[in-house]
Amino acid sequence: MAVLGSILTQLLHIALMLAAAPLLVGGVRWLKSRLMGRRGPHPMQPWRDLLKLLRKRPVLAEGASIVSRAAPYLALTATALAAALVPSFAFGMVLAPVADLLLIGGLLAFARVALALNGHDAGTPFGGLGAAREMTFAVFAEPALLVCVMVFAVLIGTTNLNTIGYGLSDGLVGLRVSLLFAAVALVAVALAENARVPVDNPATHLELTMVHEAMLLEASGRHLALWEMQASLKLLVWLGLLATLFLPFGTAAPGSGPFAWGLGLVLWAAKIGLLALALAVFESAIAKMRVFRVPEFLGGALMLALLAAALIFVSTGLA
Amino acid sequence: MLTLLGAGFLLLLALSVLGATGRAPRVMFLGCAAAMGGLGLVGLIGLPATALPFGPPWAAAQIAVDALGGWFLLILALVAIPSCVFAAASPAPPRAEGAAFPLFLAGMALTLIAADAFTLVLGFELMSLASWALIAARHATGAGRRAARLYLGFAAFSGVCLIGAFALLASSGLGFAALRAAPPEGWRAGFVLVLVLLGAGSKAGLVPFHVWLPLAHPAAATPVSALMSGAMVKVALYVMMRVLLDLCGPAQPAWWGLPLILLGVTTALIGALRANLERDTKSILACSTLENMGLMVAALGLALAYRGADLVPLASVALAAALLHALNHAGFKTLLFLCIGAVYSLAGSCDPDRLGGLIHRMPWVAGCAMLGALSAAALPPLSGFASEWLLLQALIQAFRVSDMSVQLIAAASLAVVGMAIGLAAAAMVRLIGLVFLGRPRTPRGAGAPDATGLMRVALLLPAGLTLLLGPLAAVALGLLDGPIRQMLGAQAAAPRFGLDMALGDAGSRYMPGLVALLLALALAGIVLLVRRRSTQAASRGPAWDCGFMPPPPHLPFGDPLSQVSAQGLGQPIRRSLGDLAIAPREWHLAQPPGAPSAARLRVEGQDRGFTRLLYPLARGRRALAREAELLRGLSLRSYLALTFGTLVFLLALIAWLERG
Repeated sequence: MAVLGSILTQLLHIALMLAAAPLLVGGVRWLKSRLMGRRGPHPMQPWRDLLKLLRKRPVLAEGASIVSRAAPYLALTATALAAALVPSFAFGMVLAPVADLLLIGGLLAFARVALALNGHDAGTPFGGLGAAREMTFAVFAEPALLVCVMVFAVLIGTTNLNTIGYGLSDGLVGLRVSLLFAAVALVAVALAENARVPVDNPATHLELTMVHEAMLLEASGRHLALWEMQASLKLLVWLGLLATLFLPFGTAAPGSGPFAWGLGLVLWAAKIGLLALALAVFESAIAKMRVFRVPEFLGGALMLALLAAALIFVSTGLA
Repeated sequence: MLTLLGAGFLLLLALSVLGATGRAPRVMFLGCAAAMGGLGLVGLIGLPATALPFGPPWAAAQIAVDALGGWFLLILALVAIPSCVFAAASPAPPRAEGAAFPLFLAGMALTLIAADAFTLVLGFELMSLASWALIAARHATGAGRRAARLYLGFAAFSGVCLIGAFALLASSGLGFAALRAAPPEGWRAGFVLVLVLLGAGSKAGLVPFHVWLPLAHPAAATPVSALMSGAMVKVALYVMMRVLLDLCGPAQPAWWGLPLILLGVTTALIGALRANLERDTKSILACSTLENMGLMVAALGLALAYRGADLVPLASVALAAALLHALNHAGFKTLLFLCIGAVYSLAGSCDPDRLGGLIHRMPWVAGCAMLGALSAAALPPLSGFASEWLLLQALIQAFRVSDMSVQLIAAASLAVVGMAIGLAAAAMVRLIGLVFLGRPRTPRGAGAPDATGLMRVALLLPAGLTLLLGPLAAVALGLLDGPIRQMLGAQAAAPRFGLDMALGDAGSRYMPGLVALLLALALAGIVLLVRRRSTQAASRGPAWDCGFMPPPPHLPFGDPLSQVSAQGLGQPIRRSLGDLAIAPREWHLAQPPGAPSAARLRVEGQDRGFTRLLYPLARGRRALAREAELLRGLSLRSYLALTFGTLVFLLALIAWLERG
């Protein structure tokens, strides 16, 4: 019975993630428009765009190879697996033992490398430029993520996300300064990984500044649809990760019934909505920074993460 | 078993004579592959300690293949077989190279099967000299010869340090059993650590003795480069493990690991950084070897530190990370070197700015190279990720050591290792993007044929190994129980749980096979789903080339300047981190306004190892030589006084040492 429940929650979770990801991007766009005094497109617009793109004939660049055809599928696959591992409304899904934080980081890195190779494939200057910048940002983002993982491993004793989230939701750990630092560091990493405002602007195609869009310039039709879906799923993965690590209350415990799932779902939607609102407010309030300021921004995140680790050693390690 | 081993060695030595005649290189290389296959088999089975009927005058040479030596012998065989097959597919090498090639293999194998210090040093020196000859045979003059000379200097230095280390260890005999029975203590132990780090560390390319590696590895022929990068540096790692972990015994303090961790992570960072800044494809791979060696040495250091802190399960995680990464690195680095070698021989260049778009003309080579590059970038579920997952876990679990300085060092090392892994991924994307993707940059590259016949076999062997090692990493880990028990005691075991990697029963787990299966399922699902809604076949159109005009007819591949260059791709990393590894200099040669010629940006960089280590050394040597010149003008009486003084000093030194 418990096994059946864990399989059911896993399937529901995957369906939820796939359905909610474009909606999240649409919601953030709508919120940003409202904050800027515009009416903004309907939150369902990304879903409509995806369905429209799927109907269109894809056009490949003349120099494009099999990489341009395969990379969108591979990137979406890796991101989808990562999304399947980050808990949403219930802990103890059937894939919970797989949900290692290092593995989730690795899967997102896989998607990133596929995107960068896609940028190189057509042999246009923008693609290469965007790929070089994307990989450079990852050089600073990855250590920050790893050190944050270490902070949680010290608190809970493992790097498994499901165990960490469940342990935190028990309230054993309480409020800690080191968690606050880790939260700030992870938010900065999430902004960089998702090409959000201080690092990259998801709304422009401005040549001088862009990173993420530069690698997709040659994608069209279903390939573009896959990339759009991948980007929105990645945003949902990151927000879900932040919600699981820093707002862990309310998620259904392993082996609980549909009522707890429903409650978990409502609370999860509220948490993601809150994070989306925070993202929209932040993006409306702040300007994009120069490309070569980004390493400093992420270097600051790394330093904060290291500080969090040092604090946690001081507070727990002396026992 | 001994007959197999002996036959292998005799075959290698006989082949080196055959190679000198220059008549039958293909037979010789295939014979080398067969001999190495036999030695790899011995590595799997093992061999009890055996005294050979010859050796130094005081004791017969001894050989043995235990679990640790066997693991490295297996790695050596897995690197050597495809390299030999590739060499057999290449044009015949110069005579000296043909003779030195089997000697090089024999030297590495002898180091790994030695059971006494004399034989080990003999094999190590044979390996060093033969590899120097292999580089020097290709380059009679020029930069390659200078690289060979630098390499010879470092090889001699490492040999001297290793002999010194064994001299300090061998108070009761040279056999490994005798050395193990009398582990060093006090200042003697400290000196052994320093000398082994200098001797084996300079061979493995540890900072600051890494400067020769990115010069010497690419200067050799492709199969030799693959052997040097895939196997020779592992032999140095083996020597470190053998002496520090095995011969010096379990009583060594925990701080022994710290210098290895610090040197390892620094090397990893510097190597990965330089891999993003190099222009030559083989140098990029050599620098990536530095990165991987750094990770392995850091893992070895962690194993030493954990063993000293009595945390045997964590020590076995760290040791398993080092040993498994050695195997994984052997797979993907051999693959990458052979792929780049195939590109060099078929498309005629190692300069990424003269290649590009090769995936269209050489799909086999490109596919193999991508597999190797993605493994090297540590992406799940490929092979590199499994061992780096173990290393990261070993670092993360450092909070279980009660000493806070170790915890902080581990946290900082974790950050540096994360940065190195990110840089390695960037370097691999850059390599693949420049060489195989995009548009061709020269007619030669546009018309290159794909690898066929033996050359394709040579690529597919390591490609198959790399592909298997990803999902089946835990199976390879199962083979590691032997070496781990030998090093850490009978209760230690490789960190695995069935087909998964696991730290304890309830701890962190990585399930490589299941992850690969889930990815395959998800991929199939997504392809089916998308294909059902989107049925139209793709069409082709011109790329949007950033507003560049259509190229004139004399530029059939478009304007080369509109494709990003090797230096351009490395620019963001050079600007944000570059001066950690190199001392960069930039010249911006701007033209006056209105001038028709283009502005130019010249960037040069020199490794800090040169500016900080080698140049001061050279200046010191010159100053010393000037001082020594003064001795020529002395009178006879002064000469006699000098001789007498030296004699008295040496006798006093001996008397003092005897007393202590």
